[in-house]
Amino acid sequence: MMRRTALTLLAVMLACDAEPAAAERLVVSLSNQQVAINSNFVGENLVLFGSIEPDAGKTALRSAYDLVVTVTGPRQTLRTRRKQRVLGIWVNVDSREFVRVPSYLAVLSNRPVAQIAPRDTLRRLQIGLDNFLLPQRIGPDIADTVRDEPFRLAFVRLQVRQGFYREIAAAVTFLTPTVFRTAIPLPADVPTGKYAFDVKLFAEGAMVARTNSALEVTKAGIEQYVADAARDHGFLYGLVTMLMALLTGWIASVVFKRE
Amino acid sequence: MQIYLPIADMPVNIFLVLGMGLAVGYISGMFGIGGGFLMTPLLIFIGVSPAVAVASVASHIAASSFTGAITYWNRRALDIALALMLLGAGIIGTATGVWLFTTLRALDQLDLMIGLSYVTLLTIVGGLMIYESVRAVMRARQGLPATIRRPGSHTWLHGLPFKVRFKRSKIYVSAIPVWAIGFTIGFVGAIMGIGGGFLLVPMLIYFLRVPTATVIGTSMVLTLVTMASATVMHAVTNHLVDAVLALILMIGGVVGAQFGARTGQRMRGEWLRLLLGLLVFAVGLRFAFELVVQPDDLYSIRYVRGE
Repeated sequence: MMRRTALTLLAVMLACDAEPAAAERLVVSLSNQQVAINSNFVGENLVLFGSIEPDAGKTALRSAYDLVVTVTGPRQTLRTRRKQRVLGIWVNVDSREFVRVPSYLAVLSNRPVAQIAPRDTLRRLQIGLDNFLLPQRIGPDIADTVRDEPFRLAFVRLQVRQGFYREIAAAVTFLTPTVFRTAIPLPADVPTGKYAFDVKLFAEGAMVARTNSALEVTKAGIEQYVADAARDHGFLYGLVTMLMALLTGWIASVVFKRE
Repeated sequence: MQIYLPIADMPVNIFLVLGMGLAVGYISGMFGIGGGFLMTPLLIFIGVSPAVAVASVASHIAASSFTGAITYWNRRALDIALALMLLGAGIIGTATGVWLFTTLRALDQLDLMIGLSYVTLLTIVGGLMIYESVRAVMRARQGLPATIRRPGSHTWLHGLPFKVRFKRSKIYVSAIPVWAIGFTIGFVGAIMGIGGGFLLVPMLIYFLRVPTATVIGTSMVLTLVTMASATVMHAVTNHLVDAVLALILMIGGVVGAQFGARTGQRMRGEWLRLLLGLLVFAVGLRFAFELVVQPDDLYSIRYVRGE
């Protein structure tokens, strides 16, 4: 694996690949290239800075821009279960599998996404929790449902409550008309893996520029060591834990032995 | 001070977990039980997933029962032959339990199964203990002697074949109920994340008529081995044992147990059993409440797999 500096202000600069008519280019930079989960990890706030630059040769910049940053964590397959009362007790009776959905999803913008672009544009570009594709396994098919389907609603609601999904309408601040900044909160129990940052620039309801960036969340130090051992060497790990228990018990009986 | 748990994948306050270990250890030392039936629900309450809680508590109980077993070994209050036979059955029971645990987890019914087992076992055992100890307390109040143990009294269990003699406990019983008890304890221990001490002690006394002198020490050896093997089996099959969580719990647990044992020795037997009965019964009711009352959210999410 490549070694990356934990903190760098000069991040990858990626040019836009979007609408050909665009006269602007986005340059963004992340506060971290890597987030290390060590034993005192309690979550982290990432900061993304960026500026809107005129494209080569062109100078005209518009006056009002809108910006949407979509952060997606590593994909996971999750099952949403519904309880129902059976013979007086609450039992999981029905479940739906959400296939390869982001474990973390944050939609950050400078104003509510509904005001930024028309509905079909948002839908096409998957902007906002309502428009992001969350495919479910329904019988033999895998497809997203309408946004107010009960399982989809429940799934998004639970993920929002856990802090894994969020849509913040006032998270992006424009420091000058062309320089912006946003903070991305990562809760303490975020899954490890690659996080992708998709930055989209809008003007008058249409996307004019787009760029992306990424960072890696990894367990570090003892956390990584223990997690790897538990996964890869189950038997040895169990044996060591058991011996640790016996040792603790034995030490206590020696220390407290008096009479 | 927060510490991140590598398998539970969440940060916890180290002093809160240490305190939980101490408190449960105190109770376990006082009553001569492992305390898993209290620790597992407590961990679930602070947000650890039930599966990780059950798997990690196993090693915590192994630690505190090892401390206890050493003490009883030094006092010669241990029936090794009886413990070994219970163990053979216990390990088979644990393996069956871990297998069922894995199957139920895949079927989304693990939480229900854990809940139901807790309600049934705890309310029944707690209720019986309260009944028995209240009668003993009343008897003591009236100045009558405590229940007279009649050595000649035999139940149908004593009519079963394959009789074995256990010298230290001075009993001569069929191997069948011994195997059945061992299996049951190993099985429920693996599923519920409990050592089963609070079940085993009454079973040995009432079914096999093991004298009180050897019963707790023998029960601790059994708890120790079933929980130690449950730790390894959970680690191999489910990869859910959180060693960091377990270590914090066991440090608190073994210290608490030492102080609890001193308090326990100063209390009268029937009052001790009444208190334990009330505690067991209350935890059972708490679980019943959870199953019956409508949850805040009818939906819940479970992790299936990553990339």
